Amino acid sequence: MGRYILKRLWHTVYVAVGISIISFFFIHLSGDPVMLMLPPDASHAEVEALREQLGFNDPLPVQYWRFASHAVRGDLGTSLYHRVPAIDLIFERLPASLELAGAAMLIALVVSIPLGIVSAVKRGSFWDVSSMLGALFGLSMPHFWLGIMMILLFSVHLGWLPTSGRGTLAHLIMPSLALGLSLMAMFARLTRSVMLEVLSQDYVRTARAKGLREQWVIGKHALKNALIPLVTVAGMQFGFLIGGTVIIETVFAWPGVGRLVVQAIFSRDYPLVQAAVLVLAVLFVLINLITDLVYLYLDPQISYLEAK
Amino acid sequence: MKGAGRFRHLSASWRLWAETFQALSRSPGAVIGGLLFVAIIAVSLGFPLLYPRDPLAQELLSRLIPPFWQEGGSLAYPLGTDNLGRDVLVRILYGSRVSLLVGFSAVLVASVAGIALGLISGYYGGRVDHFIMRLADVFMAYPFMLLTISVIAVLGNSIFNLILVLGLSDWVTYARTIRGSVLSIKKKEFVMAARSVGTPHRVILLRHVFPNVLSPILVLGTVRVANIIIWESGLSFLGMGVPPPMPTWGRMLAEGRVYIADAWWLVTLPGLAIMLTILSINLLGDGLRDALDPRLRNIPG
Repeated sequence: MGRYILKRLWHTVYVAVGISIISFFFIHLSGDPVMLMLPPDASHAEVEALREQLGFNDPLPVQYWRFASHAVRGDLGTSLYHRVPAIDLIFERLPASLELAGAAMLIALVVSIPLGIVSAVKRGSFWDVSSMLGALFGLSMPHFWLGIMMILLFSVHLGWLPTSGRGTLAHLIMPSLALGLSLMAMFARLTRSVMLEVLSQDYVRTARAKGLREQWVIGKHALKNALIPLVTVAGMQFGFLIGGTVIIETVFAWPGVGRLVVQAIFSRDYPLVQAAVLVLAVLFVLINLITDLVYLYLDPQISYLEAK
Repeated sequence: MKGAGRFRHLSASWRLWAETFQALSRSPGAVIGGLLFVAIIAVSLGFPLLYPRDPLAQELLSRLIPPFWQEGGSLAYPLGTDNLGRDVLVRILYGSRVSLLVGFSAVLVASVAGIALGLISGYYGGRVDHFIMRLADVFMAYPFMLLTISVIAVLGNSIFNLILVLGLSDWVTYARTIRGSVLSIKKKEFVMAARSVGTPHRVILLRHVFPNVLSPILVLGTVRVANIIIWESGLSFLGMGVPPPMPTWGRMLAEGRVYIADAWWLVTLPGLAIMLTILSINLLGDGLRDALDPRLRNIPG
């Protein structure tokens, strides 16, 4: 068990280093980053001054080392546009993104797991067919379009919900539902197929043969085993979600990191973009680490298999 | 394979495809999806013959005309016009070309890169494998949407860059799937036999291993086309897709959003087009997975 956790921690470290290298080189992708950051009519002297100020005249490995050693100490550079440390801006916006992603995930899980279980248990029933058809539609809609459709219905026509901004629960409903629906569809399909597989296992047959009540068989014996793949996928999706709220934040003018990054890109504020990408990627890795630990709790076998 | 009576005259690999097709044709979802998808492709390629309109022509006297079935609409503009008096139907039809082109090309780029890296990783093992798989971990952790929008912002948004960026950031799943299949196949007798008579690695990989790991990639590729089309429309919505004036579904949604209170069709119809396309691909993908699945479990040894 200890070895497994150690191995996972090492994984976290090398992924973080790899990401920092890609984030660093991203800014050098187009050739001369200074030309990207300045307006096209900047004078030669201005270009030189910024290049010197940002240290772009040093060799690349030296620059990377400086970037990495600053990053480790929590200094991810200064936003060119806002003129404050990038990390401050990101952490100021992060709670909004986490709130949105968390709400979407919560809605998705709460609805999809019961839906998937019932579909699996009552396989082939009207309920099963209609919820799987619904899931197929859910998977086929871009979430930002769904958001726009909700605005059209609930804000423009019915006037029930606010179209943009953050603050009250009413503000959270549409963006989190729009973001959560495709996840809901994905999880419902997954729960159903995993439950179908688990329900055909010998230990479920044994439990039934012992005369246990059906609710007990499903709730205790089947569900706990079905949860293992679900936890993995949900953890991974939550990681994707945090970096994936960009478009929905734009649709609903939600003040999260995604919108910050889009604005930073349009204002050529590349140090801020670089910093945001790095922070979100590290967050993704940490969420995966937590997922793995939950996984370990659910299925102790895994530590022996993986640590070998 | 047992019960292959009808296709006994075919060679093994052809028999697999013939049986897959037969299984597909028995699944109502796959048939509906397949027909819908073929129809979408046919319309996307052939519509200028039936509906020759200019997607950029502005008719400022006919701005924001609703679809024909609504009051004020006319058959001159079957799906209405936008804020500049452009024909919505023909713009949606042109948009389908962008989505399908980007979707398929990006999946081609991703699968070629992923298959090559996966084959190498799984077959050679050792340090090469270790390096490729660690690289895959790093790519997995990258916030995909932010990666694509920031790279496009730096490189500029041409259709070529879009395909390249979407394709290259999506290789990991292919590589991992292929690697897994290769690991199980390379221990089979027919690979060992080829090794023992001195067949070069490159030939074994391409002639013996590759054809046997193709079916999971086919299922994966179908699902990814749908995903890429959604991503492309999202990028386009943010203003980072194919550059204007080419009409795309995402850009139509972004432009129509301003008129949401007056012109529901501008924000609804391009989205329906996306949904229909994705739905057809998903139905086909589900059918394909079910058709190929029993075979995946008992790859002939």
